[in-house]
Amino acid sequence: MATLKELSQKKEVLTGGHRLCAGCGHGIATRMVLNAVEDPLVVSVATGCLEVATTIYPYTAWRCSFIHNAFENAAATISGVEVAYRALKRKGKIEKDMKFVAFGGDGGTYDIGFQSLSGAMERGHNIVYVCLDNGAYMNTGIQRSSATPFGADTTTSPAGKVIPGKQQFRKDLTAVMADHNIPYVAQASPHNWKDLHEKARKAFEVDGPAFLNILSPCPRGWRYNTPDISQVLKLAVESRYWPLFEVENGKWKLNHRPKKYVPVEEWLKLQGRFRHLFKEENRHLIDKLQKEVDRRWDILLERCGEKKEE
Amino acid sequence: MVNTKKVALTGNEAVAQAMKQINPDVVAAYPITPQTEIVQFFSSFVANGQVDTEFVTVESEHSAMSATVGAAAGGARAMTATSANGLALMWEVLYIAASNRLPIVMPVVNRALSAPINIHCDHADSMGARDSGWIQLYSENAQEAYDNVIQAIRIAEHPDVLLPVMVTMDGFIISHALENLEIIDDDAVKEFVGEYKPDMHLLDPDNPITMGPLDLYDFYFEHKRQQAEAMKNAKKVILEVGKEYGKLTGREYGLFEKYKLDDAEEAIIVLNSAAGTAKEAVDALREKGKKAGLLKLRVFRPFPYQEIADALKHVKVVGVMDRSEGFSDFGGPVFSQVRSALYDLKQDIKVVNYIYGLGGRDIAEEDFAKIFGNLEKIKTTGKIDNLVSYYGVRE
Ligand SMILES: Cc1ncc(C[n+]2csc(CCOP(=O)(O)OP(=O)(O)O)c2C)c(N)n1
Repeated sequence: MATLKELSQKKEVLTGGHRLCAGCGHGIATRMVLNAVEDPLVVSVATGCLEVATTIYPYTAWRCSFIHNAFENAAATISGVEVAYRALKRKGKIEKDMKFVAFGGDGGTYDIGFQSLSGAMERGHNIVYVCLDNGAYMNTGIQRSSATPFGADTTTSPAGKVIPGKQQFRKDLTAVMADHNIPYVAQASPHNWKDLHEKARKAFEVDGPAFLNILSPCPRGWRYNTPDISQVLKLAVESRYWPLFEVENGKWKLNHRPKKYVPVEEWLKLQGRFRHLFKEENRHLIDKLQKEVDRRWDILLERCGEKKEE
Repeated sequence: MVNTKKVALTGNEAVAQAMKQINPDVVAAYPITPQTEIVQFFSSFVANGQVDTEFVTVESEHSAMSATVGAAAGGARAMTATSANGLALMWEVLYIAASNRLPIVMPVVNRALSAPINIHCDHADSMGARDSGWIQLYSENAQEAYDNVIQAIRIAEHPDVLLPVMVTMDGFIISHALENLEIIDDDAVKEFVGEYKPDMHLLDPDNPITMGPLDLYDFYFEHKRQQAEAMKNAKKVILEVGKEYGKLTGREYGLFEKYKLDDAEEAIIVLNSAAGTAKEAVDALREKGKKAGLLKLRVFRPFPYQEIADALKHVKVVGVMDRSEGFSDFGGPVFSQVRSALYDLKQDIKVVNYIYGLGGRDIAEEDFAKIFGNLEKIKTTGKIDNLVSYYGVRE
């Protein structure tokens, strides 16, 4: 495993000067993932914040080959590039080894791009798909997605007088991807750079498809104090809202077990999108979310062969 | 001239044969009637090692076009094929393929669009994609479909063009009917299509490129203008390739075919398989001394408006046959374009529209005889009762 110092000396594939918001998780997570790759890369990015902020013609922040096709087809697109590579390599027209990775937001991955992703994974392409999960359609102005946390205030699940924010729990996409029985699936968070780096390395190393789901805070959508991004991520993991785990060739492994029980409330209270839940009449919603977090945590422990808490 | 072989093939077999001989690097496709057989035939070529193609069995047509775009962007010669709802599902990505200037070739087996669901031929599908930036070549029969697919590779990849090409043929009427045709030998096709060597692509790590960036009001318009210019250039290239193909095979292709048109006074304009039927009607009428003629449009995009005007300038009445309804209340897409093309002649050519054959409704020789009869009536009376009429429908 490379040291942080070594990693910091690597030439960045995604350069500075892009127009992501200050404190956006997408740039951090993307750079960390790409830092784990040695071979030349082709990157496919779904329509969304990462794409619009990094490739404003005639500028590009990408030092590697890059393609943006549409919102819902980053996976199909990179699968096409990967088969082109296979065909041309076989014919001796390409010599170098190359790697193929797609990035999509949670909207482009959990929702509209889900079919394209599932198809590409099932077909077994040698590609990595990275979901940058900021829990809403941020590029179009913070609309709810199936990754949005229960109770969150978004522009299409507003905290209103009658309906207090999003009514559904988030889809557990990482588990759904694990059920595709692909060689490598992992859930990660940029505050734990070692864990994320290792997962990215493994994802690129396996022969076949890999899926990474990375939590990526959005200062505007989540409404936290921008410099506190690392703390926000850490509490998502410590409160077990966003557990760190991986599924390697079907074997589930918990990568981090919080030392003490941190109520999900601790994570919620850092973020303006949950502020309304702290009103007296809405407190029961926090309890409801807590119950679901606990339930999913127990399922995860069982899958990972870990002992349940007393 | 090259070595040729006479064979009996269905339209789908002929197109699959052309694809086999082109031997593309990548094919990504999804089944839909009446195109399905093309995918099946091609799968067996892959399974039996008759092609070197990477074949991607995607989970939808949206992904078929998306993966084809990815492959073409990677510098591969990439193809797909579809019909009707499949083409409709690709709609978003059709524009992206054309706008990224990717020379993809796609056979489209014409079928009616839903709803109601119907598997038979009309041209609603490809006509719906007429403004997507794809070149469109229409084919009367299996021979033309075969020839067009091979020529399409050269047209699409020409450096002055770099646009995708759709090659259509009529669902079932051509796709599933057995026909005698001539195919050229594998080596000749290989030589004719040549090797695809794009200037820039994603798989050249020493020259990384960004494809598909956000392109706002300061540059987007210029890029669209360039794309329009490429479509203009396509006309010349289509003619050059058609000539060269003619030298090779004896079958030269232009923008359209004129059939007994030069001295005609009543003319029909028609695309695809119905042209064959209409020619029979023209022959019969000619025997009776009538001045009937026909223009079979091969290239709908780019639209050869000057050439059409020139070919029709002496005609008195034109009946434009549209196998799709545009719901514009002003006739079908071929009609409005042809009528507009004739405007600059400043001649009193009467142009009427017949919407026909929707959902696979048959049209026979006697139907064309009737239509020519109507055109003749318009010629003698100078009166048009219906600018747009629906032929062969119960009303
Ligand atoms: C087919 C289609 N539908 C809708 C849109 C509009 N759109 C563009 S980006 C986006 C949301 C992106 O959200 P997400 O995938 O979560 O990524 P983020 O911007 O949050 O990183 C939407 C709805 C589109 N570009 N294409």
